[in-house]
Amino acid sequence: MTARDRRRWLVRAPLFLLLVFLAACAKDAPQDALQPAGPIAEQADNLFRPVFWIATAIFVLVEGLVIVVAVKFRQKRADQPEPKQIHGNTKLELGWTLAPALLLLGVAIPTVITIQDLAAPPAPDALHVTVTGKQWWWEFEYPEQGIVTANELVIPIDREVFLQLESADVIHSFWVPRLAGKQDVVPERTNTMRLIAVEAGQTYLGQCAEFCAISHANMRLRVDTLTPSGFDAWVREQQQPAPEPVAGSLEARGRELFQSNACIQCHATQVGGASLGPNLAHLASRDFFAGATFELNEENLFKWVQDAPSLKPMHPPRIEPNDPTALIEPANKGMPSFLRILSEGEIRAIVAYLLSLN
Amino acid sequence: MASAGHALPAKGGGFFARPTATTGFWSWFTTVDHKKIGILYGFTAFAFFIIGGLEALVIRAQLAGPDGEIVDAELYNQLFTMHGLTMVFLVVMPLSAAFFNYLIPLMIGARDVAFPRLNAFSYWVFLFGGLFMYSSFVLGGAPNGGWFGYAPVNVQAGEIGALNNMTFYAIGLLILGIASTVSAVNLAVTIINMRAPGMSFFRMPVFIWMAFVVQFLLIFALPIITVGLFLLLFDRILGTSFYASGGDPVLWQHLFWLFGHPEVYILILPAMGIVSEILPTFSRKPLFGYSVVVFSGIAIGIMGWGVWAHHMFTTGLGPVANSAFAVSTMFIAVPTGVKIFNWIATTWGGKIRLATPMLFALGFVAMFTIGGLSGVTHSVVPHDTQQTDTYYVVAHFHYVLFGGAILGLFGGVYYWWPKIFGRVLNEGLGKIHFWLMLIGFNLTFGPFHILGLQGMPRRIYRYPDGMGWNAWNMAATVGSFLIAVSVLVFMWNAVRSRTKGEIAVADPWDGRTLEWTISSPPPAHNFDEVPVVHALDDFWHRKYVEDKGGQLVRVPSGGQEEPGATDAHGTEQAAHGAEQAAHGGSGHGIHMPSPSYMPILTSFGLPMVGYGLMYGYWLSIAGAVVLLTGLYGWALEPDAE
Repeated sequence: MTARDRRRWLVRAPLFLLLVFLAACAKDAPQDALQPAGPIAEQADNLFRPVFWIATAIFVLVEGLVIVVAVKFRQKRADQPEPKQIHGNTKLELGWTLAPALLLLGVAIPTVITIQDLAAPPAPDALHVTVTGKQWWWEFEYPEQGIVTANELVIPIDREVFLQLESADVIHSFWVPRLAGKQDVVPERTNTMRLIAVEAGQTYLGQCAEFCAISHANMRLRVDTLTPSGFDAWVREQQQPAPEPVAGSLEARGRELFQSNACIQCHATQVGGASLGPNLAHLASRDFFAGATFELNEENLFKWVQDAPSLKPMHPPRIEPNDPTALIEPANKGMPSFLRILSEGEIRAIVAYLLSLN
Repeated sequence: MASAGHALPAKGGGFFARPTATTGFWSWFTTVDHKKIGILYGFTAFAFFIIGGLEALVIRAQLAGPDGEIVDAELYNQLFTMHGLTMVFLVVMPLSAAFFNYLIPLMIGARDVAFPRLNAFSYWVFLFGGLFMYSSFVLGGAPNGGWFGYAPVNVQAGEIGALNNMTFYAIGLLILGIASTVSAVNLAVTIINMRAPGMSFFRMPVFIWMAFVVQFLLIFALPIITVGLFLLLFDRILGTSFYASGGDPVLWQHLFWLFGHPEVYILILPAMGIVSEILPTFSRKPLFGYSVVVFSGIAIGIMGWGVWAHHMFTTGLGPVANSAFAVSTMFIAVPTGVKIFNWIATTWGGKIRLATPMLFALGFVAMFTIGGLSGVTHSVVPHDTQQTDTYYVVAHFHYVLFGGAILGLFGGVYYWWPKIFGRVLNEGLGKIHFWLMLIGFNLTFGPFHILGLQGMPRRIYRYPDGMGWNAWNMAATVGSFLIAVSVLVFMWNAVRSRTKGEIAVADPWDGRTLEWTISSPPPAHNFDEVPVVHALDDFWHRKYVEDKGGQLVRVPSGGQEEPGATDAHGTEQAAHGAEQAAHGGSGHGIHMPSPSYMPILTSFGLPMVGYGLMYGYWLSIAGAVVLLTGLYGWALEPDAE
C-alpha cells in the first residue's frame, strides 16, 4: 500500500465511523436512552454527552498514534540504523499523569452534584406509586388513590412521580430508558426514584434489567402518560368497583368459574386488593398483559388462561386435579396451566368475564 | 537424584513406587516440571476457549433476529452463565497461569518454581474443577444464574424449577479457587526467593512484576469469594438465610464484587505484562518509563480494591457511597492511561517489525483503550443507571477482556511459541488470524455499545421485533462467526507448525530477557549454569551496548560483556551461556525435583467431596479420605529422590 493510499484510508476511516455512529440514532427504538423524554432522563444524558465527546477525542488521539507508529516507524530495510534507546522522560510522565487527572476531576464534580440532586426527597405535590417487582411482572400501587394495577404505569405529565421500589422475591430492576435510568428493586429494602414526563398521550416502553431467572426477558412494562385532568379521570375510573356482569350472561358464568377455581388464590378483583398475581379489577382497561408481553385481546387471553406456561417460560404451581381450588407447590412462581382442568367452553366464559373488567 | 531424562530403577517403600519417567505420555500425569505444567494449562485453557466460544456462537445464533427459537430460555440461561464462567475461570485465568508457569522461572533465571508438586496440584485441581462444572450439563443442568450469580436467584431452588444448577456453581468455584490460591502462593514465593543472583526487583522484566502483583491480588481476593460461596452453599444445602428468606441479597453482591473487581485486574495484568515484553522487542527500544509502568501496575492492583461498588450503582447504596465509588473509579483510569502512553512512547521512534506478536500487542493497546474509555463513562453514575445491565456494559468488558486480555495472550502465544515448541508459527497464517479476529471482534462488540444505549438489557434469551435492535444484532452474529474462523486459522497454524514449522533458534526475535539465552525448547533443567544478572534486560546488554550518543552497537557474537568490563566470571558465564544455547546442554549432575503421583491423586479427592455434597455424604467422606491420603503421601515423600 502506498503512502497516498494509506492517507486516503486514514481520512475515510473516521468518516465511516461517523456514519456508523449517526446510524445509531434510530428512529424506531422505543427504549432509546439517547432520546430522553423527560427532565430526569435528560439530566443523565446531559452528563453523558460531553464525557462521550471527550472520550471520542482521546480515542482519536490514541488510535491515531498507534496507526502513526505502525506506518511511520515501520522498519523499511533490515539494515536501517537502530533507534535511539530512550528509557523515559520525567516531564512527559508528569504531564500524562496530571492532565488526565485534572480532566477526570472536571468530570467528577458535575457527576457528584447530579448524584446528590437525583437523591433529593420527593416534591410535596409528587404522585406516590409503590412499584413491586415480582417474577415476572410489575405491580403498581397508588396508595393515596387506593388502586392497584399491573404492568402499565399510568402517570400524569408535568408532575413528579415518586416511586417506592420493592421486590416480592428476587432482585429486579425498574427501567424505562426514555424517562429515567434504572434502579434495582431488592428484597428486604426499599429503593426510590422519580419519573417526570412532559408529553401526554405517549407510551414509553421499559423492561426489567436485572436477571431474575427464566422469564427475565419477558418482564416488560409500559408507561402511559395522560394530561392532569385525563389522569384524574383515569383514577376515578379505576376507583370504581369492577363492573358487575349481567345475570345469566357468559360473563356471569365466567365470574362463577373464576371464583370457584384456583384463580382467586392469586388474583384479586376488588379495587385496591392485594394478591400474589396481578389485580384484575380493571384488567380490560389495559392494553397488554403477562408482564406487558402480550396484547390484551380475546385470542391471547384464551391461550394464556388455557396454558400460560407454553407461552411464557415459568415454573408455576400446578392445579390439584381433584380439587380445582388447591395448588401443588404454591410457592412456585408463575401462572399455572389449566389445560386439563378447564374445558374450552369454561375458558371462553372466563375470558369473556375478564374482558368485561374495564 | 533425578537427572533430566534419565530413568532410575523404581524405589520401594510408601504406598507407591515413585514414578521416575520424565518423558513419554504417562510422564505428563506425574510431571512436576513447570514447563510441562505450563503446556498442560495452555492446552486445557484453549480447549475451554473453544467450548466457551461455541456457547457464544449459540447465543449469537439465538439473538441474530427477534423472537429467536434456537434454544429455549432455560438452556439459554445456562449457556450465557457457563460462557461467562468458562471464559473468566477456565480460559483467561489458566492461560495467564500457563504463561506464568512456563516463563517465571525462565525469566528470573531459576530452574523451577518454589513448590513443584504444588504446581502440578494446581493444574489438576483446575482440570477437575472445570470438568466438575461441565458435568452439570448432564447431571440436571448447568449453573443458570449468571456468572455473577446474584442472590436471591442463586438460592432459589424449587420455585423456579432449579435443582443443583447453582450448587454446581458454588462448589465448582470453590474447587477452582483452591487451584488459583495455591498457585498464587507458589508463584509469589518463587518470585521473592528464586531470582538469579544480581536480579534485584527493579531488574525484573515487567511481565514478572505484573505476575507478582497478580499473585497478591489472588491471595487476598480469593478468600473473600470463598466466604461468599460458602454462605451460598449453606443457604442452598443447609437452609440458612444469609442471602434470602430474610437475609440480605446485597451482602452477596458486596462479597462477590470485593473479589470480582480485583479479579478483573487479575485478568488483565498478565496480558499487560506480555505486551510490555513484546513492544520493546519489536521496536528495538527499551520499555519507556520502566519504573513508572511498574508502579502503575502496582497502583492499579492497590486501587482496584477501592472501586468494587461501581458494579452496584443501581442497588440503592445511597448518594454518598455512589459518589465515593464514582470518584475512585474515575481515578483508577489514571495509572491505566499512563501505561497506554508509556507503551506508545516505547514504540515511538522505534524500528518497528510488524510480526504477528507485535500486531497482537498493538491490537491490545488499541482495543483496550476503547474498553477503558467506555469504563470511564460507567463512572458517571447518573448515566451508568442507563448503561449498567445493558449491552453497553457487555461491550465494555468484552473490549477489555477480549480486545485486551485475549489479544494480549495470543500475542504471547505467537511470541513464545518458538521457545516452548521449538518451531515458529507461520507468519502469513498469523497475520490472517490477527486481521480476521480484529475485524470479527469489532463487528461483534462494537454494535453492543449502540444496542445498550438503545435499551437492550443483558441476559435476555430473546427480544421482540420493533425495538430497533435487529440490524445490529445480526451484525454482531456475523462478527462472532468471523472470530470463530480466525480461531480455526490459528489452530491450523498450530497443528501445521508441528511438522512444517520453521525450526526455532534460541533467540528468534532478538529478545531482551533471559528465556532467549537457552535453547528452544529449553532442557528440563533450564539453565546449565545459573545466570548472573547485571542489569535490567541483561541479555540485551550482553548483545548490544550503547555508545555515548545512546546509539546501539552490536557486541561481537558470543554475548560477551561490555568492552572494558573487568568481571571475568561474567564473561566466562556469558560465553558458556552462548555455548549452552548453541548445544542445548546436558545438565548432568543438576538436582531437579522428581515426578510424583501425589498431586493428581490428592486433587482427585476434591470433586469427590463436591459430588458428595449433592448426592450423598458418603461420597464426600470418601473424597476426604483420598485427599488426606494424598496429602499424607505428599508430606512423607521427599521432593527429590
